[in-house]
Amino acid sequence: MSDSAIDRVARATPPKLAKKVRGYSDRAIAWVFVTPTIILLLAVNIFPLLWTIWLSFTNYRANRPNLDAKWIGLKNYERILTDADIWLTMQATAHFLFWTLFFQVLIGFALAWLINRKFKGNDLWTTVIVLPMMLSPAVVGNFWTFLYQPQIGLFNYAVAFLTGADPTSFSMIGDVSLAPWSIVIVDTWMWTPFVMLICLAGLRSIPDSIYEAAECDRASKWRQFWTITVPMVLPFLMLAVLFRGIENFKMFDLVVQLTGGGPGSTTELTSINLKREAFEKWRTGYSSAYAIILFVTVFGLASIYVKALNKVKER
Amino acid sequence: MSSFSITEPSKGQKWIAGILVIGYALITLLPLIWILATGFKSSADSIAYPPKVTFEPTLEGYVNLFTSQTRQTPEYLAENPPQTWYEEIVRDKGMVIAGPSRFGERFLNSTIIGFGSTFLSVFLGTLAAYAFSRFKVPLKDDLLFFILSTRMMPPIAVAIPIFLMFRIVGLSDTHAGMILLYTAVNLSLSVWLLKGFIDEIPREYEEAALIDGYTRFQAFYKVVLPQAATGIASTAIFCLIFAWNEYAFAVLLTSGTAQTAPPFIPTIIGVGGQDWPAVAAGASLFLLPVMVFTILLRKHLLRGITFGAVRK
Repeated sequence: MSDSAIDRVARATPPKLAKKVRGYSDRAIAWVFVTPTIILLLAVNIFPLLWTIWLSFTNYRANRPNLDAKWIGLKNYERILTDADIWLTMQATAHFLFWTLFFQVLIGFALAWLINRKFKGNDLWTTVIVLPMMLSPAVVGNFWTFLYQPQIGLFNYAVAFLTGADPTSFSMIGDVSLAPWSIVIVDTWMWTPFVMLICLAGLRSIPDSIYEAAECDRASKWRQFWTITVPMVLPFLMLAVLFRGIENFKMFDLVVQLTGGGPGSTTELTSINLKREAFEKWRTGYSSAYAIILFVTVFGLASIYVKALNKVKER
Repeated sequence: MSSFSITEPSKGQKWIAGILVIGYALITLLPLIWILATGFKSSADSIAYPPKVTFEPTLEGYVNLFTSQTRQTPEYLAENPPQTWYEEIVRDKGMVIAGPSRFGERFLNSTIIGFGSTFLSVFLGTLAAYAFSRFKVPLKDDLLFFILSTRMMPPIAVAIPIFLMFRIVGLSDTHAGMILLYTAVNLSLSVWLLKGFIDEIPREYEEAALIDGYTRFQAFYKVVLPQAATGIASTAIFCLIFAWNEYAFAVLLTSGTAQTAPPFIPTIIGVGGQDWPAVAAGASLFLLPVMVFTILLRKHLLRGITFGAVRK
């Protein structure tokens, strides 16, 4: 900045006045900076939500746009909450949620703990483990159908190799009892690194001094683990579970490519069912109500969970 | 940490830990290596049983991926000898190259839409994050929960009204529409991440600059931005990966012009079912940039992922 007379005067004036006189005021900047974001979020997040709520009270069908949407009140909601098939999809989703969270927490935490032993080269191998998480779930799902083929797939071959069973005797995607596990396996393969990373951050945040003090008090390693490590990693673990839980409740890409919701409807998760209703049967009003119910469910469960999480953090 | 720290794991422990983790890493790597390998197998090799670990590599999969082919009469084949090495591969099957396939286009769309939406969401996100961080803006405290709640809606649910909206406004199946959509979806996460990064930059630097006569905007541009650079990079990577990998919106809102790679790759059909070498080739090309990215920029990525957890 050149040292002109104006600059010298500017520097001599008190800061508050200077801010108002030179350039835009703070207020203007704040609004200019925030407004585009708010507009975009309103347009793509809030407005569609409101529209969905409105649609859920009508019998609108998007493939017949010229037919007027008739207001039918809570009829869509009634139909959904009394539909037995919807409960089946909820069950499939619950099964998926529970087992993926279970394995991801178990394996993720174990891996994080092992990596925290700080063996040589753990940085490299951590990066390798993280790779599946970065891939497109749809492409991964599609490719795993190849791995799961009974005749030619690597997965069946590996299982046969390890257990001596006949590789063509089971089909992960085709069998009604095995299909739910096929999606659990692939999701665990993809997302365990996520839980692992968060647990690792948690483990690394525990200061060594606590462990040293425990050693001085002659606490056994086992005791140290349960009274120091686990409680201090718990908030991180719960956060990871929250994120994964929300994501897996919405799960669509991976499963739609891997099993398409089948065989039959055994792996038809709520999002897949929703897609069928909205974009294949074109029952727009009905599926809007379905979407709202799902949203409220997730929102409610997440709110309760976050309250519990905050309590754990304060401990 | 002193070398005699009593909390340092023993050598034996480190060894066992190392073996277990490397074992898991190798098992994790297996499907990825398989995809890459299958891209180079001939059709017959890819469906061979037992699965072939050693095979003669061929570019047949890649050629099938990038070209569309038709059958021709034997007379035509005799009259027009193959000109290039890839023509020869195709001739072996009795087909002729009719032109490029749509994969190249789709890949390009992914690139355009990916980078476009990343740029926008990081640009707008940085501005908004700065404002949220430094100024008293209404709703600041509810921001986090608002962001979390925008991520609770299943994409399919959001797609219903967006589908209708786009139809009305004429943004269906356009690059601009998809860029706007991905930007908006990424925006909440990007604002939250960036606000965290900017929060970490001490205000003293800007205040010093302001006292020196810089305007607020100059202070932002010359003092804060350079320091937030690594945070911005981390956020950009996440936005790019999301847009690159996205499937649900792409499959519902695009069909021809603006279709990206993920909805397209599973539809690559060969003679009699999915052409696995071509699918694997397409998947490899699509997944490879992300894998390379991850390896090169892992520090930024790790920082971003654990950021949310550690900050609190």
